[in-house]
Amino acid sequence: MTASAPVVRPEGGAGADPLPRRAVAALRAGIRNGQAIRWLGGAGAVVPALALAFILVVLVVKGWPAIRINGMSFFSSKAWSQGNEYALKPAFKNGYELPPGASYGALPLIVGTLATSLIALIIAVPVAIGTALAVVERLPRRLAYIVGLFLEVLAGMPSVIIGLFGAVTLGPIVAHDIAPYVARNVPDVPVLSYFRGATGSGYGLLTSGLVLALMVIPIVAATTRDLVRQVPILPREGALALGMSDAQCARKVTLPWVGTGIVGSVVLGLGRALGETMAVAMVCGASFGAFPSNLYDTMITAAAAIVLTLEAALTDATGYALSVLAEIGLVLMIITLLTNIAARLLVRRVSTTALPVGAGI
Amino acid sequence: MAAHRQTAGPVGQAAGQMPPVPIRRRIGNAAFWGACLVALLLVVGPTLWLVITTITKALPHFRWSVVSTDTVGAGTAGGLLNAILGTFMLTVGVLIVSGTISILTGLYLSEFSRGRSRPVLRGAYEVLAGIPSIVLGYVGYVVLVVQFHWGYGLLPAVLVLSVITIPYIAKATETSLAQVPSSYREGAEALGISPGWTLRKIVLKSATPGIITGMLVALAIAAGESAPLLFTAGWSTTNPSMALVHSPLGFLTYAVWSFSPSNSPINSANQLSYDAGLILLVFVLVLILLGRLIAARARRHAE
Repeated sequence: MTASAPVVRPEGGAGADPLPRRAVAALRAGIRNGQAIRWLGGAGAVVPALALAFILVVLVVKGWPAIRINGMSFFSSKAWSQGNEYALKPAFKNGYELPPGASYGALPLIVGTLATSLIALIIAVPVAIGTALAVVERLPRRLAYIVGLFLEVLAGMPSVIIGLFGAVTLGPIVAHDIAPYVARNVPDVPVLSYFRGATGSGYGLLTSGLVLALMVIPIVAATTRDLVRQVPILPREGALALGMSDAQCARKVTLPWVGTGIVGSVVLGLGRALGETMAVAMVCGASFGAFPSNLYDTMITAAAAIVLTLEAALTDATGYALSVLAEIGLVLMIITLLTNIAARLLVRRVSTTALPVGAGI
Repeated sequence: MAAHRQTAGPVGQAAGQMPPVPIRRRIGNAAFWGACLVALLLVVGPTLWLVITTITKALPHFRWSVVSTDTVGAGTAGGLLNAILGTFMLTVGVLIVSGTISILTGLYLSEFSRGRSRPVLRGAYEVLAGIPSIVLGYVGYVVLVVQFHWGYGLLPAVLVLSVITIPYIAKATETSLAQVPSSYREGAEALGISPGWTLRKIVLKSATPGIITGMLVALAIAAGESAPLLFTAGWSTTNPSMALVHSPLGFLTYAVWSFSPSNSPINSANQLSYDAGLILLVFVLVLILLGRLIAARARRHAE
């Protein structure tokens, strides 16, 4: 790669030089005028693009049998059955073989993924925006620094630790203290009836949503905080001069000023919640083939389904189960990619990384 | 900052000359900031709770043997030395592979890339950040472990982790290179320094703190990632060897996940799960503090 650096003019009598010496001279010149690093950098820069293309191709190729077998009913069925894997003859459908009786539907996974993410956002967004406003407008600098540290810790926390906390500490509290109290006291009207009913074991929809909220909060809060800091002073002074209270100023001037950015950070957080695997797998209760009947019922998300069933899928000699997981991965990837692209378009100006670790104050 | 503090101070400041502030307004103001404060407590409280729970679950039973012996069986006895060493090797591998690729990527995008290729290449790594890690784990498993017959091992795990971490280091490199003042480059050119030399000794040097911060983030992610590793690194109760393929290795997040009370009925295994959580937490805290130190030093240096 480096030897291909162009335009080297060795000092007189170059033609007589042996090849190695010419190559070394070319290399030296390349390093000196920056051409070598340019080619090297170009080679490095195409790696992410190649990796992305590779992942997409693998998912499509692996998922193709499942896509052909399942058709569109994949998105409307809630079946989850491996079929008879020990049958002597596999069944055939659309030219691909599958175990007799095997049937998979993605609807519960998609509903579960969207429902947990929605709960997480409902909890996380107001909390995160309130935190950001309090940090910028109310806290002294030193305290703001410490809160920033807390946000970094929360953002950098490995998801298994949050999952462990959810399974061991949060889940029992939800099951014994929160859920029975809420279920008893919420009126039995259409939407709120999801809050009623059996309170379950603590593994389920609500706990998953709470755990995801813990992961979304630092993303939204840190981005909003940095955005609010950048709001110019003049419009805010103007608002105060016109007689607004500073709460009105925050609500009507500061927040709308950075509204798009906040929406972007929320969508970025949504991307994190949609794709989160381990923490949800530890607290979701892993019930396949059914919708959660209320807020406390066990459920499953797309990402958790992949991690929990990949090993079992290997026992399917026809490869159908493995292919189904590729199709689920493809669906999940398309959803998260769309949210991420939307988010990045919205927070383009401030976007650094999804994780505010090490961003400092 | 100071000017803003004054203007945004309490409402009744100039009450001497002005008509008194209506009581409704005062209540509204107090309610709004009260709600914001509650939100703040809802962030700080659970974070503290999470950290303290992780520490108190592990600390009472934490023995030196946890970090000095290997796991026995499914966590029936022993410690986590194999997992600590495995996680260490994984993070070093990520630093080497992902660090090289992403620094080159950031460098190329910031210094050389012109025209239409730039948004495409940058978009590629930004999109990469949005892919759920379990999808990458699936691809790594299906292709690297099964199709290539590599088996579980260091190489497939490091490759998958590298793809996960590339966006973070690349972004950090690109932004910190873009922040190097153009006067540095112009000065170097005016002094007749060659472009290659300028890049290495002047531009890259002043961007180093930012790049290192990005690498710290990547380290935290690599150590804390679990789902893709389950299917690329496998698990082993012996210490990792230098073999790249066909040699499963242990890692800390596996211990947290697999020995947790929801997955293992064995008491000593649950204890190892908490211990592994504590070790990971300490590691992340150290990384965050390091990042703060580097940021503070860089700022002092800049002033």
